[in-house]
Amino acid sequence: MFHRESGVFKTSYGADMALYPLPIAKGTVIALAVIFVLIVPAIVHEYYLSLLNLIFIAIVGALGLNILVGYTGQISIGHGAFMSVGAYTAANLAVKLDLPFWLTLPAGGLMAALIGVVVGMPSLRIKGLYLAIATLAGQLIIEWTINRVPAISGGAQASIEVGRPTLLGFAFDTQGKLYFFLLFFAVIAIVATLNLVRSRIGRAFVAVRDQDIAAEIIGINIYRYKLLAFAISSFYAGVCGVLYTYYFGIANYEQFQLIVSIDYLAMIIIGGLGSVLGSVLGAIFVTLLPIVIRILMENVGSLFFTASEMANVISGLRLGVFGALIIFFLIVEPEGLNRLWRNIRSYFRVWPFSY
Amino acid sequence: MSEDLEFAFALVLSGASIGLMYSLIALGFVLVYKATDAINFAQGEFVMLAGMVVVVVLGAQAPLIAAVVAVLLVMIGFGFGLEKVVLRPLLGRPVVAVIMATIGIAALLRGWGPLVLGIEPRALPLPIGDEPIAIGPATLPPIQVLGAVVALGFFLAFNWFFKKSRMGVAMRAVADNQQVAQAMGINVERYFALAWAMAGVVSALGGIVWGSMLGVDVQLALVGLKVFPVVILGGLDSIGGALVGGLIVGIVESLAAGYLDPFVGGGTKDFAPYVLMILVLMIRPYGIFGRRQIERV
Repeated sequence: MFHRESGVFKTSYGADMALYPLPIAKGTVIALAVIFVLIVPAIVHEYYLSLLNLIFIAIVGALGLNILVGYTGQISIGHGAFMSVGAYTAANLAVKLDLPFWLTLPAGGLMAALIGVVVGMPSLRIKGLYLAIATLAGQLIIEWTINRVPAISGGAQASIEVGRPTLLGFAFDTQGKLYFFLLFFAVIAIVATLNLVRSRIGRAFVAVRDQDIAAEIIGINIYRYKLLAFAISSFYAGVCGVLYTYYFGIANYEQFQLIVSIDYLAMIIIGGLGSVLGSVLGAIFVTLLPIVIRILMENVGSLFFTASEMANVISGLRLGVFGALIIFFLIVEPEGLNRLWRNIRSYFRVWPFSY
Repeated sequence: MSEDLEFAFALVLSGASIGLMYSLIALGFVLVYKATDAINFAQGEFVMLAGMVVVVVLGAQAPLIAAVVAVLLVMIGFGFGLEKVVLRPLLGRPVVAVIMATIGIAALLRGWGPLVLGIEPRALPLPIGDEPIAIGPATLPPIQVLGAVVALGFFLAFNWFFKKSRMGVAMRAVADNQQVAQAMGINVERYFALAWAMAGVVSALGGIVWGSMLGVDVQLALVGLKVFPVVILGGLDSIGGALVGGLIVGIVESLAAGYLDPFVGGGTKDFAPYVLMILVLMIRPYGIFGRRQIERV
């Protein structure tokens, strides 16, 4: 990722798809592991750890959406709702049956996968814009259902409080401890996605995205792979929702409204469609952007706005900047931050020569 | 008429007039889709923008007619500009990219709107009074009647435009086959821009009637979400479909609210249209009047 090759010497597809493109890459991974497991939690302030935690959660969701949109070429405007399915499943299981997180988390993911397949099913017979509209309907119907059915939503405020996750009597009850909890799942999600996209399934996804009719001709069962993409993608979304629930200690449908679906679309567009690194970069960017805006506005904006207006100004500004960035990246750099990163790397590959 | 029938009649009437107002917004969507094959996820935000322009102009003590002219000019300019800046560079890109670009536009408008106008809903008074208009045994607020009349007027105007006028015929040619249209000497890009400008005009009127009914704030953009059931039901590329789809959605919504709300505790209004839409997508995805050209996979 960070190392510089002297050229391309790959002689087989296996070498091209290897997880570690160079022997030194193993060293990089170990170094990253040391930094994130030992150094960061030891020296970083609790507030910044909480930001990292949010980024880890967002990475899981962004990876899931990127598998669907970036790799398989299907669009979903319903991922916020899939997250809420995971969140409420886990919250209900945790509160009513008192199950530990290592059971509720996969349960939430599986439930979301199931709902994702159901939402995907009628729409997968038809393409593109219909799919977008159908997933939008899925989002609105799921939102409505959760909000209206007390058995799911836990009554008045449509929110369920859950305790912190515990493992063998050890409670992840501070930001520092949650850091390890969430880092673990973010890493699992990244490794799983890296392996998924270089497997048979991942290549089938890419074939479906690039030219679905050709894919069918070479023997890919399109219907099955599209549904599989929906299932995997919503599984990630469900897990992401469960992680949000444990992180905030509450499952609330307001955290998973339409706007969240758009946030995640923004992440993968800004980061880079069809790229794992892009999902990570996008998750970092979109999570930090509102914080940067808030800091900027608190320093500069107080000259123009009163304190009571500020909250609305910040949320409006955040949405407005997102919209502008989505359009900007779609037009100017469709491959997103990932492409910018690659450009920088290929510049340094031959540096100081021009080619 | 018995009381039950009267209740049903009132529901249908109110649903039909609201439905026609939905058709008005859906018209903008259909125009753009018909001519350019682009899905506009920002239709509701167009309406919101129009409402905001009217409120701002009226807020400056200008007469209503000035506000109407201003909003028409702004929305036409906005449509042209949007096509030029955002949509044209995306020509030839996957449909998903265009969808996401319009989602981006929606986020942009929704984000900046309240910064310009504040978050408090603003009233948009029209000089038509509040006295309900009696139609048969039921009554309708005048704004709904006005909205329905405006929608019908637009429907007739566009019907004429696409059948008789030179521009309308050219636009249909562009919608049918861009390459052939270009070979016939039609400036395709100009008609793309024109389609967006026409969507702007429709949204301008939509913004006035909806803004007057609901008040103008960010929530006004949510009206746009109702566009999708309407156009899916009627057929994405059919102007008549937008009208019929709007009527059906409005009536279904109103009947659902009238008969189901007491059992489930309200809110069916925002729910029933989407269930209907999912059903249509499964059974007849091209809608009632749409072209049967859906690429199945």
